[in-house]
Amino acid sequence: MSDVLRIATRKGLFTARRRRDGWQLEAPAFLGQPVSALLHDRRDGALYAALNLGHFGVKLHRSDDAGAQWQELPAPAFPPAAEAATAPSVQLIWTLAAGAPGQPGRLWAGTLPGALFRSDDKGEHWQLNESFWAVPERAQWFGGGYDVPGIHSILLDPRDAEAMTLGVSCGGVWLTGDGGASWRLGGQGLRAAYLPPELAGQPQTQDPHRLAVPAAAPDRLWCQHHNGMFISDDRGDSFREIAPPAPSAFGFAVVAHPQRADTAWFVPAVKDECRVPVDGRLVVLRSDDGGRSFASFGAGLPQRNCYDLIYRHALDVDGEGRRLAMGSTTGNLWLSEDGGETWQGLDAHLPPIAQVAFD
Amino acid sequence: MGHVRFTANLQRHLACPPRSHAGGTLRQALDGVFAENPRLRSYILDEQGRLRRHVIIYVNERPLVDRLALSDPIDVSDEVFVFQALSGG
Repeated sequence: MSDVLRIATRKGLFTARRRRDGWQLEAPAFLGQPVSALLHDRRDGALYAALNLGHFGVKLHRSDDAGAQWQELPAPAFPPAAEAATAPSVQLIWTLAAGAPGQPGRLWAGTLPGALFRSDDKGEHWQLNESFWAVPERAQWFGGGYDVPGIHSILLDPRDAEAMTLGVSCGGVWLTGDGGASWRLGGQGLRAAYLPPELAGQPQTQDPHRLAVPAAAPDRLWCQHHNGMFISDDRGDSFREIAPPAPSAFGFAVVAHPQRADTAWFVPAVKDECRVPVDGRLVVLRSDDGGRSFASFGAGLPQRNCYDLIYRHALDVDGEGRRLAMGSTTGNLWLSEDGGETWQGLDAHLPPIAQVAFD
Repeated sequence: MGHVRFTANLQRHLACPPRSHAGGTLRQALDGVFAENPRLRSYILDEQGRLRRHVIIYVNERPLVDRLALSDPIDVSDEVFVFQALSGG
């Protein structure tokens, strides 16, 4: 199990470390600066932190010594365009992903607006994936929670270094089989209740809030969608809807068990303008049978007067599938050592949490 | 000779001491600073060369006009102040 947890917040990057006497929170890096995404690259141990400085733009930093020192890198950026007035610029790094084991140094970044960038040298240089930027369906995308659409999920296929699935809010699920040279629109079977009924099945305007894949069963994809939960057995080409569990099928976060294809965790909330726990009680849902049924766990979590929301990157499970961490918009941080059945609060006074991730 | 001066709030991210300029346009004055301090560029301008949305520049007591091309003319004796705008707080 991983004994180190990183927490990306509105006011810095925190580290919680498990010691003999329990978990301890350490002094933050980037205090006062919004951390929008982080990545621990298991191939070489490097840490990456994406910042969204309100005034001074999007920044990216790397640490090669487990967070002791940080070095600023060039952030992903669009190429200069002739029409500067309307040309895009990166507004937020929403997610970072490590490349395949056989591609040392390769990184992927998903941004707002919805662009994919690649680095082949640990973030020293970045290149826009032009073919994804050029997909014609992009004209129909729209923002979900932000003014512009964005990429929040980048899932690599451990069997095939050239295969990848992206989740875009609100632009659907996209797949490549050639390392990003070409893209196909997946997401058949997703349903958008926020569109006119005749457009509900249109794949290019779906809002998959988050996609999660079990490392040992990479054909399986779990999706927390804007208006439901869905599951795929073909890496996202097609989905089937899961019967809505109690208390709600709305939420943002989902994580998949690394070994067991039929196990995943969700954190439900009241849909969709309200976005607080149902009846003020925070629970975590776990399915162990591929979404046919769910158990609801609230032990150790606030069961009254709770208004915490868990963002899409703010739930994580470690490599063994037993230890989970969860952080909220209210700055609460919880940990479970038993597969999400019981939780302990690690801190209740953190800044709003964008992401949690085990090393 | 006038100078380009930067908000103290930038100093926690990177060093950016005042630097003299030779007049011309705001763009030319800033390019002179960035030539010596290339990392500073992305803090002030986006990748399209536009002034960042929540940054404001004053030439003496005058706010700049052209946020896109930074074509505002400046005299060699003008003082240029680069601030963070309150809107981005």
